Amino acid sequence: MSIQSIVGGTAEGTVLKSAQPINFLGAVDAKTGRVTDKDHELYDQDMRGRILVFPHGTGSSVGAYTVYALKVNDMAPSAMVCNRADASVVSGCAIAGIPLLLVDGDLFGSMHGGDRVTVDGASVRVGARAKPIEFVPDVCDFGADE
Amino acid sequence: MELSRQEEESLAGEHGHAMETAYRVLVAAGKSMGATKLGPVSWAHVSGVNYNTIGDAGERFLADISSGGARVAVRTTLNPMGYDPGVANSLDDNFVQKQQSIAESYKRMGLEMSFSCIPYDIYDMPEPGTRVAFAESNAAIFANSVGGLLTNKESAFSALASALTGKAPVAEAPLQDAVPTVSLKIGEPDELDYALLGYYAGRVAEHTVNIKDAKAGMDHRKCKSMCGGMGTSGTCSRFTMDQSCGGERIDFGKEERRELHDELSTAESGDVITLGSPQLGAWELGDLARMLKGRSFKKRCMVFCARTAQEEAERAGHIAELRRAGCEMLSDCCTCLTPLIDCDEVDSVTTNSVKGAYYLNKSNGVGVDLRPLADIVRSQTS
Repeated sequence: MSIQSIVGGTAEGTVLKSAQPINFLGAVDAKTGRVTDKDHELYDQDMRGRILVFPHGTGSSVGAYTVYALKVNDMAPSAMVCNRADASVVSGCAIAGIPLLLVDGDLFGSMHGGDRVTVDGASVRVGARAKPIEFVPDVCDFGADE
Repeated sequence: MELSRQEEESLAGEHGHAMETAYRVLVAAGKSMGATKLGPVSWAHVSGVNYNTIGDAGERFLADISSGGARVAVRTTLNPMGYDPGVANSLDDNFVQKQQSIAESYKRMGLEMSFSCIPYDIYDMPEPGTRVAFAESNAAIFANSVGGLLTNKESAFSALASALTGKAPVAEAPLQDAVPTVSLKIGEPDELDYALLGYYAGRVAEHTVNIKDAKAGMDHRKCKSMCGGMGTSGTCSRFTMDQSCGGERIDFGKEERRELHDELSTAESGDVITLGSPQLGAWELGDLARMLKGRSFKKRCMVFCARTAQEEAERAGHIAELRRAGCEMLSDCCTCLTPLIDCDEVDSVTTNSVKGAYYLNKSNGVGVDLRPLADIVRSQTS
């Protein structure tokens, strides 16, 4: 299993997971932290304080500002976990200081909505299920390897 | 990722807050794409100009860094904003004031006030192989695929970081083996077919997609439409044409087109017509004027185009013809997320833009009647 910390930091929360990509510009209200796209599986879900697990961001390059605005408005997820990098989510998280992890498909698949997760720069701990699993990354966090 | 000593210092905040922020973004972006280093770019194109998209948080962010002394290190152009200051409107004062503040912040940082999403249409393109940093997704795809330039599919922030530093992450091109091929299986495809093809291909391809168009031929309008569609749906930043690639093979035929069209076209007809997203260039304005010769739109028709394209078409006499036909000429802004199209006043919009359709549906909250330009001219004019 591979995990890479793109933006370091610590966070704790429950997983809000989507199998669909998220277009932050078109589908998320930065003022409320809610998904506003009626066709999205997370419609009307609140991402504030959650560990947002989704495949990747998509669409407009301006979505980065929405990620930043979520943080400024105190509506941001406490961390994001993606399966593929896209510039909007990466740069939005980097400017906003939202921890961002890139994980492989196996690890992505093993995280479920409602799981209690702790992100600590270099590791992710998934608890509150029958067998807590600890993942140790092969690449360490942003601050440590530069 | 390997950083020079100066880059390390900047990242550590030794050259000011703006530089530190810019390098933080570039390092995170580089890391996420497996880049080994930062390389020089000769041109940056930033998005994040429309107050409707970046909001108060964005407006303040730009005011802060520009007042703090941030200045671009390379030639930098910018995307459309939310309105055309030269055309009367009924927008509220807050919007206009915040929009002007955003424009002033970019001007203070030294950007060219181009307000266009089609830099490839209005500027001379650099030599093929030149590295640039384009945020606007349709422009990045066009630059890579048609212009032979090298750009990552940048975000608003990463392109701004490249503008301030003159650098962008350099990543290896993905292996040709993994590139999927999407084959167009529609006879005599129009520009809307190409836009839907782009949207479809953007969903399946990660970095690059190979398009097989069965020698259908793709003119400039079709190409722009495809880039607009592709940039809207995914992370793909490049297409190739008719190459042999080892990746997945997928057909885009009538059935796939119908499903996508049903998804994006949510209304039977429109209260207004909008043309342009991407903005129209001078050639398209001239072509539209020729198509309209003697005919007039039966309802309001908003034509979004680059300022310099409008000026060029004006000199050629095309704008007079377009105005006569009832076109409302709008520059510096675009269909996508303009407050000029308000769901309180408009229920639905007729357009040939897939990119426009996506954002009109999702963000402006209005219905969309999606049809090709020739059909719009035929059915909406007399």
